[in-house]
Amino acid sequence: MAPSRDVAIVAFAQSDHRRRTDELSEVEMVMPVLHEVLRRTGLKTADIGFTCSGSSDYLAGRAFSFTMALDGVGAWPPISESHVETDGAWALYEAWVKLLTGESDTALVYSYGKASPGSVRDVLSRQLDPYYLAPLWPDSVALAALQAQALIDAGDTTEAELAAIAARSRDAATTNPHAQLPGARPHGDHVVAPLRTGDCPPIGDGAAAVVLAAGDKARELCERPAWIRGMDHRVEAHALGVRDLTDSPSTRLAARRAGAFDRPVDTAELHAPFTSQEVVLRKALDLDDSVRVNPSGGALAANPVMAAGLIRLGEAAARVHRGESDRALAHATSGPCLQQNLVAVLEGESHVR
Amino acid sequence: MSPAPAPQALSAPLVVEFPFTRSLGPVQSAFLTGLRERTVLGVRTERGQVLVPPVEYDPETAGELRDLVQVAETGTVTTWAWNPEPRRGQPLATPFAWVLVRFDGADTALLHALDAPGPDAVRTGLRVRVRWAAERTGAITDIACFEPHDSAPDTGPTTHDGRFDDPVSGIVAPARLDYTYTPGRAQSDHLTALTDRRIVGERCPSCHKVYVPPRGACPTCGVATTDHVEVGPRGTVTTFCIVNIKAKNAMNDAIEVPYVYAHIALDGADLALHGRIGGIPYDQVRMGLRVEPVWTDGARHPDHYRPTGEPDADYDTYKELL
Repeated sequence: MAPSRDVAIVAFAQSDHRRRTDELSEVEMVMPVLHEVLRRTGLKTADIGFTCSGSSDYLAGRAFSFTMALDGVGAWPPISESHVETDGAWALYEAWVKLLTGESDTALVYSYGKASPGSVRDVLSRQLDPYYLAPLWPDSVALAALQAQALIDAGDTTEAELAAIAARSRDAATTNPHAQLPGARPHGDHVVAPLRTGDCPPIGDGAAAVVLAAGDKARELCERPAWIRGMDHRVEAHALGVRDLTDSPSTRLAARRAGAFDRPVDTAELHAPFTSQEVVLRKALDLDDSVRVNPSGGALAANPVMAAGLIRLGEAAARVHRGESDRALAHATSGPCLQQNLVAVLEGESHVR
Repeated sequence: MSPAPAPQALSAPLVVEFPFTRSLGPVQSAFLTGLRERTVLGVRTERGQVLVPPVEYDPETAGELRDLVQVAETGTVTTWAWNPEPRRGQPLATPFAWVLVRFDGADTALLHALDAPGPDAVRTGLRVRVRWAAERTGAITDIACFEPHDSAPDTGPTTHDGRFDDPVSGIVAPARLDYTYTPGRAQSDHLTALTDRRIVGERCPSCHKVYVPPRGACPTCGVATTDHVEVGPRGTVTTFCIVNIKAKNAMNDAIEVPYVYAHIALDGADLALHGRIGGIPYDQVRMGLRVEPVWTDGARHPDHYRPTGEPDADYDTYKELL
């Protein structure tokens, strides 16, 4: 189903992603990114119709941190605003729906993750089923490793292929000035076998922001808007043992409903924090070698939790803005083993090229 | 004279710990009570699949599920991952395999730990059985772990009414996360100044408001606050409340109720901060009362504020700060 209104991503900004940002509070980390994304459009806070953010207080252990981050927007007098306790890609989804209703013509979406104060492997275990899983403290690497082994057992990949995905991603990140892990590095020992250090995303802090605009407003703010042709998100069954971990039917369904299969895409930004998850996503999305996958380096090069999915949408949009892509797919995930998945299709207008 | 070094970003350990008390639905209650009784229960879906661990609602149809069955305590590993460095709270303290195990008679798998000598002893398809915890309370941890067990797959599930004496109706799920808290640049500067008994705020370069304590951004303008501004030490009570409930916190044990907790606009600040008012009977505190901080040795923040004896401030001087 075609969206009822043309809405585009017209600007994207992100921080440099770093292992630690001890000298910055969350708002101090987010604010320069907000300023940059607004500067790119020439808009001021007062011009923005709707603001939506994504973050999780558990990462830095700081209650209601998102309300303090809002100080960086300039939210007084009160603005129209919302927050999601998940990746900012879902904040973008909420903002997109808001613009589709016609209630607003512009939206600011931002997200941030400051994982350095805590132990993110353990923090993420607190999002699991509290009855059957959380009491066992299975960490995020362990759950991804179970999925990786299932893929190896099914003949879908090998440890060598996973290492090649890691190497390709970090090589691509050498052209990404914001990346935390650019360039080749040793693949390392098993963290939780079969996943090695190189198969896992870096842990770090970072932030990202995009501006959405509808119709002529988008054309006014951006030379080549990245039009959102479709976007959808779907979730798998809750229990890991119910799922086929080698496949991602939720990604496939979201992609179908976003129109991803109507015509080929030239670029895909996939939110695959672990190498093995790229294998699953390529299968679910029918991506062949003609598609540039993660030219930014993806989450293996920078994975600020809660922002890394929004960054996939932003990176895909930025390639459309620069004329490097005409039709791009962006994917974001949340939860263990690709639990929930969002797919968006972005297009540039061809006559501008 | 060399310039003073920039203050280091402060950091401190922070533990967030909370016990979640969770009630159980009828299926979860039967399953966890069953584990206490060394019995593994599943639930049959509308399509006839047996789910272990069982859930209250069908993952495919969302239909209510109540058809319990008993499965064997043996099963087969469907995928695994070797964990060379167990973390706090995990089922075993020595290296182990995370496993998904499909119990004989079940169609889905349960996540747990497998005690094995090393990764070479583990494979998908391995036959395993439950090792029960010595003390069982009705929790997923009543399964201590799995262990390799050479056996033929058991027969299919048998019906079970899910009834046990003294069923568990809830679990307490303790959660603890450890952090190293860093307050960032603005708050570090503020806290550092407090060690010299100076209260320092920051001014917004756009609207010129002075925020105390500063958080690094002006919430009106959305820009970084930059200039340090020393405020107070004297200030004005803008509004207050009378606290009649004694705090449980040991730090506040010496404070007798009722006492007054107030918003205090320090001279030069455009935002009121919070503080306790002492040195005056609680029922004589009023809006406009002029106060000053009382510092105690070893504390970073003022212990409380007391009257200065000055005439009360005129309402018009603080009405914008209410």
